[in-house]
Amino acid sequence: MSLTALERLDRRWIFLAVGLLVLGPLLRPLGLPLGTSAPVRQFHDTIAGIPDGSLVLVSCDFDPGGKPELVPMTKTALRQLWEKRCRLVITCLWVGGPGLVGETLESVADEFRAKGRPLEYGKDYVYLGFKAGYEAVMVLMGKGIAGAYPQDQRGNLVSTLPLMRNVRDYSSFVLLVSISAGYPGTKEWVQQVNLRFGLPMVSGCTAVSAPEYYPYLQSGQLSGLLGGMAGAAEYEKIRGEKGTATQGMDAQSLAHAFIALCIVAGNLVQWRKRRAAQS
Amino acid sequence: MKRELPLFLTAVIGLFMLLSFFVPHHLASVPANYLQQCAVIVVAFGYVLGGANALRVNLEGVAKRQLDWPYKLVLVVALVATVVVGLVDGRRWQDAGTTSMFLYNQLYSPMQATMFALLAFFIASAAFRAFRVRTVEAGLLAAAALIVMLGRVPVGDAITGWLPEPVRMSALQEWIMNVPQNAAKRAILMGAAMGVMATGLRVILGIERSYLGGTD
Amino acid sequence: MTTDGGRPRSRVPTLLVLLTRGRALAAVAVLAASAAFAAPAAGAPAPPSPPAAGPAAPAPPAGLTYEDVPDDDGRAVRLRWRRSPDDTAGSALVEGYVLERGTSPVGPWTIVDTVAAGTLERVDQDIRRATPYFYRIAAYGPGGLTPALANAGPAIGRESWFRAPLASVLAFLAVFFLLVLFFMSMAQSGRKPFVRRLPGIDAIEEAIGRATEMGRPVLYVPGIQDIDDVQTVAGLIILESVARLTARYETPIRVPVAYPIPFTIAQEMVKSGYLNAGRPEAYDPDCVTFVSPEQFAYVAKLGGIMLRDRPAAHIFMGSFYAESLLLAETGFSTGAIQVAGTANVHQLPFFVVACDYTLIGEELYAASAYLSGEARLVGGLKGADMLKLLVIGVIVVGCALESFGIHGLSRWMETN
Repeated sequence: MSLTALERLDRRWIFLAVGLLVLGPLLRPLGLPLGTSAPVRQFHDTIAGIPDGSLVLVSCDFDPGGKPELVPMTKTALRQLWEKRCRLVITCLWVGGPGLVGETLESVADEFRAKGRPLEYGKDYVYLGFKAGYEAVMVLMGKGIAGAYPQDQRGNLVSTLPLMRNVRDYSSFVLLVSISAGYPGTKEWVQQVNLRFGLPMVSGCTAVSAPEYYPYLQSGQLSGLLGGMAGAAEYEKIRGEKGTATQGMDAQSLAHAFIALCIVAGNLVQWRKRRAAQS
Repeated sequence: MKRELPLFLTAVIGLFMLLSFFVPHHLASVPANYLQQCAVIVVAFGYVLGGANALRVNLEGVAKRQLDWPYKLVLVVALVATVVVGLVDGRRWQDAGTTSMFLYNQLYSPMQATMFALLAFFIASAAFRAFRVRTVEAGLLAAAALIVMLGRVPVGDAITGWLPEPVRMSALQEWIMNVPQNAAKRAILMGAAMGVMATGLRVILGIERSYLGGTD
Repeated sequence: MTTDGGRPRSRVPTLLVLLTRGRALAAVAVLAASAAFAAPAAGAPAPPSPPAAGPAAPAPPAGLTYEDVPDDDGRAVRLRWRRSPDDTAGSALVEGYVLERGTSPVGPWTIVDTVAAGTLERVDQDIRRATPYFYRIAAYGPGGLTPALANAGPAIGRESWFRAPLASVLAFLAVFFLLVLFFMSMAQSGRKPFVRRLPGIDAIEEAIGRATEMGRPVLYVPGIQDIDDVQTVAGLIILESVARLTARYETPIRVPVAYPIPFTIAQEMVKSGYLNAGRPEAYDPDCVTFVSPEQFAYVAKLGGIMLRDRPAAHIFMGSFYAESLLLAETGFSTGAIQVAGTANVHQLPFFVVACDYTLIGEELYAASAYLSGEARLVGGLKGADMLKLLVIGVIVVGCALESFGIHGLSRWMETN
């Protein structure tokens, strides 16, 4: 393809190329090797380091838009936590998220049940569901979880659930796992909870948000960070799993390579135009 | 009074909430907690207001046969149907097989994911069209973008696997993320935080009052 | 206050004394207090029941101490204790500790919490302020529960008037307020400070002028967040200046809004702009429309407006997320001039690449001062800039001090 043709290229050809490059590896995986980065190892090691049977708060702040990046890491984190027999309290601060989060939770719980480890709702985990109010909910939970969430997602009175009898406020938990797609999410949990109540935190987020949280990782406010599908895939690799994130990495690799090519091609076109103008 | 009362309330409540951040005494913390609970309730009511507003605007559009009124009708029907289905299913809306879950899984979830997926295509076309190296700074930006993009995926290490580990794509992208990117991000965050403080101060002290309407 | 150590004392002598003195009720109370299980507080876990046979009950913990948690509202007390001698690595004799609380040294006791073995500290955040409480702690395991040795108290939660760790924050805030007020008053007295021009802000007027020439409307998007986001407030403030310009140039403006409260404020802002431009009769209430708080539904609507109505100028000022590139690219495809401003750093790259001009971070908050030109607002801008200089100075000094092992400044600035 000549540079002249590139200059006049209809962007729909670019869309088609991206579509094919993403679809191809999903149908026929390439099996590109995957490494692991330090923030992901820290995420895994932090969870591995908490005592077995601990109470952990998991906040799944995403909706279907974040599904490809965040559901795989949520599932892997739930597996790691439940393998350590941790008891989980799960919340969701995104209005479009409760259905997806509930589905994700139950799918992992069903895996354990199928393997002969019956996870009982109310004893091993409680899903508090959605609450409107953004950061105000986080601050309210600091005064008392039951005060902020009198009922769980299923309509049960939270005070009647066996697990919740051990839960008062953030001091009842050893760790907060924040899986977030934007606002409200990890940044707000760091500002409102980690900073004010000192609850250790790890975070999984979309790739576009990850750069924003690196300062918190460096300062120690976050003890681990999973960035996007790449982070989820690395986490699966550390755990020895082959989930949807790993499957998606081939497609993401080709898409990234193509976008890099687009940057180079665009600049070649510009260089040619400048040369033509000079001559 | 139309302008003075809101300004007075803004100043009092704003300064009080600021005070409650520093003062843990119950004389400050109890009213502050109450105001925060009120905020949660007000936000929840906002959804009711929003729904009512959407209905009114679009029903008017349908009644007056404004441009694209069939789409407005689709919106109204979808809104009402979703609310009715939610009310019928009630608290158990998340149980398997409910109509709510059908709507959520078959309509809402795919539509959301589809819109989000458009970004992949638009990033490629934006990269081709607009990512032009015209200055040294733009060149640095492009180089960093290429390294981080390729370093975040296995392709990067597949290309540079023959190099020593500290100079492979993944290591370089890690350094870019941890050092220059972090420094710039912190600087922008600090500047933005000061901007937030300045805007908040202007609103609390009534210096910024255009939101009240009327002449200055 | 500390407790004595050693094994638990028998309560039989106490019972005999109480019974012989005719205080049957008190004796019953002591018996109840001596029972292995105290009545749990509402919501507190029930203590474990002793097994019929098996290993011995663990040795009790000792050295229970209490202290008021400082800088709080007086509803928390920190308790510390020394572990049970049987609580060692690999030992299964101790499963955990039961912490109980009462309002008198003899009870009645309610269980505060049960904590895992190895835990040596717990903060009780469920007390009433200025009320004396007594605590006792027992160890439990497969062999049963060992009654507490003695109790510790009176522990009183006292509320503070000031959170001492936030002193540095208060100091910076106070300096900031003083700087802003000083420069504001300086500007009002006629000495308006110099501020450099921002291309993005100059471009707003250029964009509106271009829309006027082409006879097409201006599309203004105040972000996708609700009014509690300061960026939305900043976006709405800028809207007033933009509306004033569009009123002066007689250019239609379209303002789709995502949330109900910003929607009503946007209406006021546009009306105010037209009023201040001296063109109140030209104000069209339907120019501000409520769309949807749902992110991609809002984007779909905006895309539709861009492709159907073909505004010549797009101004994005506020908080944006994933939809920023969708908006910018769709807008570009229509040939509109685009000016964006956001403090969401993760969206800045998309706006920088796809828009003609971008306001980065705090430039969004400064824009209203630039556009209005009002002396007080420009003075406030200068105050914020001075604080930034101070922060840079503190960073440099702090880094130097830390490098020389002097940690005083960084300790003073810690907030927890």
